[in-house]
Amino acid sequence: MELDEVIKYELRLYVAGKTAKSVTALTNLKKYCEEHLKGQYVIEVIDLLQQPQLAEGDQIFAIPTLVRKVPEPIRKIIGDLSNEEKVLVGLNIIPVSK
Amino acid sequence: MTKLHKKQQLITFEQLPKTPTGITGLDEITGGGLPNGRPTLICGEAGCGKTLMSLEFIVRGATEFNEPGVFMAFEEKADELASNVASLGFDLIKLQDDKKLRLDHVHIDRSEIEETGEYDLEGLFIRLGFAIDSIGAKRVVLDTLENLFSGLSNQIILRAELRRLFTFLKEKGVTAIITGEKGDGSSLTRQGLEEYVSDCVILLDHRVVNQISTRRLRVVKYRGTQHGTNEYPFLIDEDGISVLPVTSLVLEKEVSSKRISSGIPSLDSMFGGKGFFQGSSILVSGTAGTGKTSIAACFANEVCNNKKKCLYFAFEESPKQILRNMKSINLDLQKHIDNGLLEFHASRPTLYGLEMHLVAIYKIIKRFKPAAVILDPITNLITVGSVSEVKSMLIRLIDFLQDEQITVMFTALSLNTVVSEQTDEGVSSLVDTWLLVRDIESNGERNRGLYIMKSRGMSHSNQVREFTITDKGLSLVDVYLGPDGVLTGSAREAQKLREKTGVALREFAISRKDKEILRRRMMLESKIASLQAEFESTEEELNKIYLEEELKQNIIERNRQEITDIRRGNADTLKSKSKSKK
Repeated sequence: MELDEVIKYELRLYVAGKTAKSVTALTNLKKYCEEHLKGQYVIEVIDLLQQPQLAEGDQIFAIPTLVRKVPEPIRKIIGDLSNEEKVLVGLNIIPVSK
Repeated sequence: MTKLHKKQQLITFEQLPKTPTGITGLDEITGGGLPNGRPTLICGEAGCGKTLMSLEFIVRGATEFNEPGVFMAFEEKADELASNVASLGFDLIKLQDDKKLRLDHVHIDRSEIEETGEYDLEGLFIRLGFAIDSIGAKRVVLDTLENLFSGLSNQIILRAELRRLFTFLKEKGVTAIITGEKGDGSSLTRQGLEEYVSDCVILLDHRVVNQISTRRLRVVKYRGTQHGTNEYPFLIDEDGISVLPVTSLVLEKEVSSKRISSGIPSLDSMFGGKGFFQGSSILVSGTAGTGKTSIAACFANEVCNNKKKCLYFAFEESPKQILRNMKSINLDLQKHIDNGLLEFHASRPTLYGLEMHLVAIYKIIKRFKPAAVILDPITNLITVGSVSEVKSMLIRLIDFLQDEQITVMFTALSLNTVVSEQTDEGVSSLVDTWLLVRDIESNGERNRGLYIMKSRGMSHSNQVREFTITDKGLSLVDVYLGPDGVLTGSAREAQKLREKTGVALREFAISRKDKEILRRRMMLESKIASLQAEFESTEEELNKIYLEEELKQNIIERNRQEITDIRRGNADTLKSKSKSKK
């Protein structure tokens, strides 16, 4: 019960193989989450090269795409997530500090 | 030597491999279909039928050519698409279940998407690749790819990715259709997609002229192949899209020298006694009330009597009206309808545009397979199109009918009483045979005259014939050429009567003369008899004298003989004396 309450963010990162953009995106995402959502998130990385059938479900067309499944509504951020402010606004994350 | 070489080269020259679309008429224009394994761009304004055309390409591929297809929709959802085309008889759900089709809706909503940094469209490629591989697709449609531009803001990435997409499609070896909205000005698409798709570009257009809309299609470019470059009208109806080539690209029609009767024996005799050529086109033109419909109905009746099928398109009267009216001239068309040999299709020309009419005619002909078709009258079509449009429609119709070896009869109303050489819808140059029915007005009455303006490839009478419609049917009467010109109607009857009187008088005179001759002969003969008798008596007289003379002569002779004998008697005695002396 306690765990459910803690995890507020379910994030999915769609990548296609280990491309530079994917790696950058994942590194960036982890960094932001650790900074702002420590302990409240799960990240699921889906490699479309291995599971192409999953692309349709989340309406993926660009790579990399970050999908915020929870909380609703679903939000999508495409790109290598290099702009921290945009990512945080996009995910509707209220910065913990600052 | 070089000539021979060239010829061989021509023969061995390979045509670009093509994928048939299965869309009526489009394959004809493109010479077999879209370029195989390459992308084709279909562009046009909103609502001109891009989506439908591309979807039909996929559905026909799946159902007719056993080529599964992927339809990637950027605009409409899969279930929306399915319900939109259900009215055309395309069951997308079933095709999907049969793994012949895959619908994939790509939802792009700017409000849901945030862009940060570098990205690519690999996700789209993977989706497309997966969809293609899952059903072994040969055909792909991306409808409308430009939605990407409204959803994503990084144009540089998009353009680079588009280029990659087309390479990807070519590598996959699928025949693809990409649709694009028409841009402002002269550009074909809003985002300049034509830059990427260089193989084949088809432009669709939707125009409304005089409140009647016409869709048109043009092949803007088609690399490496010959194609029709005109604008071709096309239609969307319950059977999908039909493109109508304005004229077939070649004039290589089979011709027949078989003849078919017009149903009016005296008219046939004007065509050397045999009637029209089978598969030819006949125009019957004339002013109002000259019997054009009657001639047409007569022809229909004749065709049906010969156990052939006939189609009658009426643009003026309802079938029942025609049936009733024709009954009055002893033509029972109802029995042919009952036998299934005759079919009427009546519609007001204003019901829909010319193209729709043409397609409706095409379809009915394709289904019914008649030997003859009648359009009565074509003049009314003018109300829905300009003269040149009607002409182009009729050219196409005649082309089509001649290809199918169907005889066609048009009737046309000419408005002026003076026969103009250039009629009506300008079809007179297209038709093979042109009959002209005209009014001949004289002596306070109006009569019908018919003549053959032209008839290709057969000898035909140059005479103006009077044409009568009676309760026995139609027939042509010899026009009386009197001293005052052509006599028709009651003037002709009067002339006939006059001639009859003349004959009677002449006959009477002849009989009187005959009697006179007889009497003269009798007189002469009696004279001859009396003369003969006179001659005989004279002859007898003469003979008598002659006989008497002869008798006299004889007697004299005898007497002389006797005298001599007597003298000789002496001599006899002398002789016997001398004998005894010896």
